[in-house]
Amino acid sequence: MKKLRRKVYFVAGYNTISMGSGRKEFHPKKERPGLEDYIREAGQGTLKMIGGAQNVDECVIGNFMASRFNRQANLAAFFPYIDEGLRYKPAIRVEGACGTGGLALMSGIKSILAETAEVVLAIGFEVQNTVKAIYCADFLAPAGWAHDRKDGHAYFFPGQFSERAGAYFEKFGREITRKGFARWYRNAIENARLCETAQEYHNTIKDLEAAAMAEPNPKVFLENLTALDCSKVSDGASAIAIMSEEGLKRCGIPVSDAVEVVGYGQVEEDITKPPPDKTALTTMKKAVSNALEFAGITIDQVSTAEIHDCFTIAGIMAVEALGLAEHGKGPEYVIAGNTARDGKFPINTTGGLIGWGHPTGGTGVHMAVTLWEQLKGKAGAAQVNIPNDRPFGLMANMGGDDKTLVAIVFKR
Amino acid sequence: MTYEERLQHVSVLGAAGKMGSGILLLTAVEMADLSLKPGNKGKTFVLNAIDISDEALAGVMRYLRDQILKIAEKKVAGLRTVYAERRDLVDNDEIISQYIFDVMNVVRPTTRMESAYDSKMIFEAIKEDSALKIKIFSQINRNNSNQPWFFTNTSSIPITVLDEGAGLNGRIIGFHFYNPPAVQKLVEVIRSKNTLDEVHEFAMAYAKNLRKIVVPAHDIAGFIGNGHFMRDILYAVTEVHKLIKDMSVAEAIYAMNKISQEYLVRPMGIFQLIDYVGVDVCSFIMFVMNPFTKDEEIHSPLLDKLMGLGIKGGQFSDGSQKDGIMKYEKGKIVAVYDPVEEAYIPISRIQARVEEKLGKMPAPPAWKAIVGNKAKDEVLKTYFAEVKTAPGLGAGLTREYAKKSKDIGKHLVACGVAFSDADVNTVLLTGFFHAYGPINEYLD
Repeated sequence: MKKLRRKVYFVAGYNTISMGSGRKEFHPKKERPGLEDYIREAGQGTLKMIGGAQNVDECVIGNFMASRFNRQANLAAFFPYIDEGLRYKPAIRVEGACGTGGLALMSGIKSILAETAEVVLAIGFEVQNTVKAIYCADFLAPAGWAHDRKDGHAYFFPGQFSERAGAYFEKFGREITRKGFARWYRNAIENARLCETAQEYHNTIKDLEAAAMAEPNPKVFLENLTALDCSKVSDGASAIAIMSEEGLKRCGIPVSDAVEVVGYGQVEEDITKPPPDKTALTTMKKAVSNALEFAGITIDQVSTAEIHDCFTIAGIMAVEALGLAEHGKGPEYVIAGNTARDGKFPINTTGGLIGWGHPTGGTGVHMAVTLWEQLKGKAGAAQVNIPNDRPFGLMANMGGDDKTLVAIVFKR
Repeated sequence: MTYEERLQHVSVLGAAGKMGSGILLLTAVEMADLSLKPGNKGKTFVLNAIDISDEALAGVMRYLRDQILKIAEKKVAGLRTVYAERRDLVDNDEIISQYIFDVMNVVRPTTRMESAYDSKMIFEAIKEDSALKIKIFSQINRNNSNQPWFFTNTSSIPITVLDEGAGLNGRIIGFHFYNPPAVQKLVEVIRSKNTLDEVHEFAMAYAKNLRKIVVPAHDIAGFIGNGHFMRDILYAVTEVHKLIKDMSVAEAIYAMNKISQEYLVRPMGIFQLIDYVGVDVCSFIMFVMNPFTKDEEIHSPLLDKLMGLGIKGGQFSDGSQKDGIMKYEKGKIVAVYDPVEEAYIPISRIQARVEEKLGKMPAPPAWKAIVGNKAKDEVLKTYFAEVKTAPGLGAGLTREYAKKSKDIGKHLVACGVAFSDADVNTVLLTGFFHAYGPINEYLD
């Protein structure tokens, strides 16, 4: 167990809608809000809860690939667009593929710890529906090693995780693993239906598990995964304030409204190397164990987690990386209902990446917002039970194929 | 000559037309795919897009680009393998752009028919005029030393007439695409009396590579598709004439269109389909077919009359429907032309009266809801069982129409146009998007 040199709190989380196919109001050919609208909505949402821009010392924005999706870089300069009160304040942009949001949070945490700021506004976003999925795959591919792209699948990342699924099938059985995927999908959608901002909020599929058990068709998509095994293309932004005790006082927010950061694990793996074991998220495991060790707790003391299920197979492997199930036993653990909202260990309670959506650069921040809501009883219809003897929440945000990892433990 | 050698030099006549542009697209893609095979490196593939208008050819090149983009996006996973050796092409975007270039690079747009003198095969999709076709085929055949093969897209002229007229000695076959060729799965293949076996074999291989459904038809004017469609029109017109004893012409047209669409569960009513194809085109097809049909008059004075009044139908270049027998707003029928009053009568003025006359009908399933439905046979059985015993004019007209459609199908088999009942049904299911074949037992 380590001790932070001073206390760090998260408060005032805000999510825009995760927009994309599945939402009733989404139409690929109609004009939609731009990235500036998403950034502004999320930023203003949080500012409103913390008493305005004058209370903010520093800003950090996380985004993966606006340079290609939106032909836009220099993103830190959007803070003054959110609120004129942020003009001339220090701000940075961070990037770590789908782990970008987590890095934005880490950047904010470190500013508080470094005492350069008492209040940090952290935002993560991605606006990806500017192109068709086939080009989206191009824009997301740099999350992996560029040298692998040429010989990779047209849908590069789905291709990589389909390979992982194949390896997992071979080692631990296809049927039971696919049943695990199906249950994962069902949980994700059932949770998303309780969260108004979720991309799958309007999902009306009756038998979710049956739908998810449809056979993959490699001629159309992938060898081992179907479209329902994948997170969708999303536009969305999330924001949260990261504060010291001093910062909370300044904003007039009682400590009881905030969650406390009690541990984190920030880990990088060599992007040029293939995963040491295709059936395991080795780097996530390391990040989570670092975070738990830092917090001085075990996974048994955690009541809920937000984990990076960009694909169902990633969700299954993450359950194992967290230490909830042994290697190879993830599917059984999920099938038994343990990760459902009424299970022993509810995971991704507003739908996760598959149900809520995956605006890549925003996902890590969205995880923190959900945990803040759940631990503070602010999750509305999506609220799960947080037992008193397990007052911790855990997030594990992953960039690329298990390369950039941020795990954070929050205390109620 | 191998399949590939035959496809190394091809011409499409009428390449800027509705059918020609589709044939051009499919052939360009097939030729480019051949050119990209490792064994064909260095070989040239040339596809002349021949038409009379430079302006239309420019439009066709734009159409090609848009369509190839869509095709490339769909098959990009496969294209990544095709271009695996091209290390400079990494992103899907780069691969798609290269493929568009490689397909377009096969195509040579031109207004000079002489370009076809070097081709080994000729696709023809020009006006449905046998004299014109014969003239052009003869001219190319005379000046082309390759003994070229002719693939005609005629939908009505007997292939033997063209073969013998142009002196092609069996180097011709009917290869009738449905509109639009890039989308419709059906191709009718028709041999002339003398069509060479190797031409037929090539046609089958080519259709297979284009993933088309082939239905063979005998060389009798109109073949299966128009054989059914034209007789279907004539029947509807006869019924209109009966109904006008008690209705206006517009009302009768509206009634028969409604019967043939909603109550027969088809994608379009018969008069809307005439507009879609064009009143002039339908009339012309009948004109072409009529001399070849003994004991039967394939001719509609009503269509002639409408033509005389300038009612033509057909489509705008963007694919939207022009006004014809009916008037359309955003694809919906809003009025029906009355040749007696020489004016469009708004639907709102005739609808209630017609529906009252037709009487209460069993509720038909929507075509859209059942066309792709695996259980549609059960739904249709139940519906037609109700139609069978339902009272009223509408139910009667529906029964008679369905019966007539079946009789036409049976007639096509009996008189030797179609090889089987199943072939007739396939043409109506795939070429006309019907939800069920006309030869069925629903009303027996």
